[in-house]
Amino acid sequence: MEANATNHDRLFSMVWLVLLALTAVEVVLAYIQPLSTAGMLAILMVLSLVKAALIMAYFMHLRFEKKSLVLSLIPFATIVIALLFVFFPDGFRALHLGVNQR
Amino acid sequence: MAERADVAPVLSREWDGGAYPYGVGHKKLGMWLFILSDSLTFSALLIGYSYVRVAARTWPTPFRFWPSVVFATVMTLLLLSSSLTMVRAVSAAQRGDRRAAVRNIIWTMLGGLGFIVLHLNEWFGLIHEGVRLWQNPWGVPLFGATFFTLTGLHMTHVASGLVYLTVVAVGFARGRYDSEDVEVSGLYWHFVDLVWMFIFPLVYLLSVGGK
Repeated sequence: MEANATNHDRLFSMVWLVLLALTAVEVVLAYIQPLSTAGMLAILMVLSLVKAALIMAYFMHLRFEKKSLVLSLIPFATIVIALLFVFFPDGFRALHLGVNQR
Repeated sequence: MAERADVAPVLSREWDGGAYPYGVGHKKLGMWLFILSDSLTFSALLIGYSYVRVAARTWPTPFRFWPSVVFATVMTLLLLSSSLTMVRAVSAAQRGDRRAAVRNIIWTMLGGLGFIVLHLNEWFGLIHEGVRLWQNPWGVPLFGATFFTLTGLHMTHVASGLVYLTVVAVGFARGRYDSEDVEVSGLYWHFVDLVWMFIFPLVYLLSVGGK
């Protein structure tokens, strides 16, 4: 690890540039507003997940950790966060039945 | 990480993992577990925000491209750059270059400080316009509650990160902490950066109201 520290520094700078570029894409999309809110949400979420994955893999070093650590952390987090969405359909129900129905 | 001879054989017989089944020290594993639980807290808040936004018929879009979104973009740039200086601090610490490590931690902290200053400026602007936790000039009272809770918890994390990094920088400069402590504080800092990668698009970029 110490031996190729310089290589890693260059790699991290590249990752930083990619993160900046992805952010720039998001901001430009927000400026020209070519999409519906749903389409914008979908694209922004995909880009954010890519950015999160890059940060975890490189900055947080997960790519260079033992697979057992990655396999303990990531599936667990994914499943529990996905479970949080179980309430979400209720939001649409509230839209149709709520007090602000005209 | 010294191998403990009395523990290692037993554990490796149990599940072939050795004394360090994850290949990391206890501090790093502890930080990862904290990050896991914290990511669930932020996920719950972000999903709660999305829930009330979906359930509301309208939602305020008070962020004009200039100045709000431009400032938020600069804040994103500051956080991403502070993550880069943080990984540089970690690799300097691992090389044993204490001066470079501390210098890079200070750059990281300046990035975090700039983030907080810009964000507080935004907060005071919104408060001046009449946004409160329970009301705002544009209807949908929950807008203020979700905005201040989400960004407030995140800003608290950045502020705690500044305290954490100060302690680590001073301790590392004096030789009280080793490079693993710097690396573990880096994990925390990158996580705070990662959370902003979701708050920025969901709160700002989806609420742009005019240029």
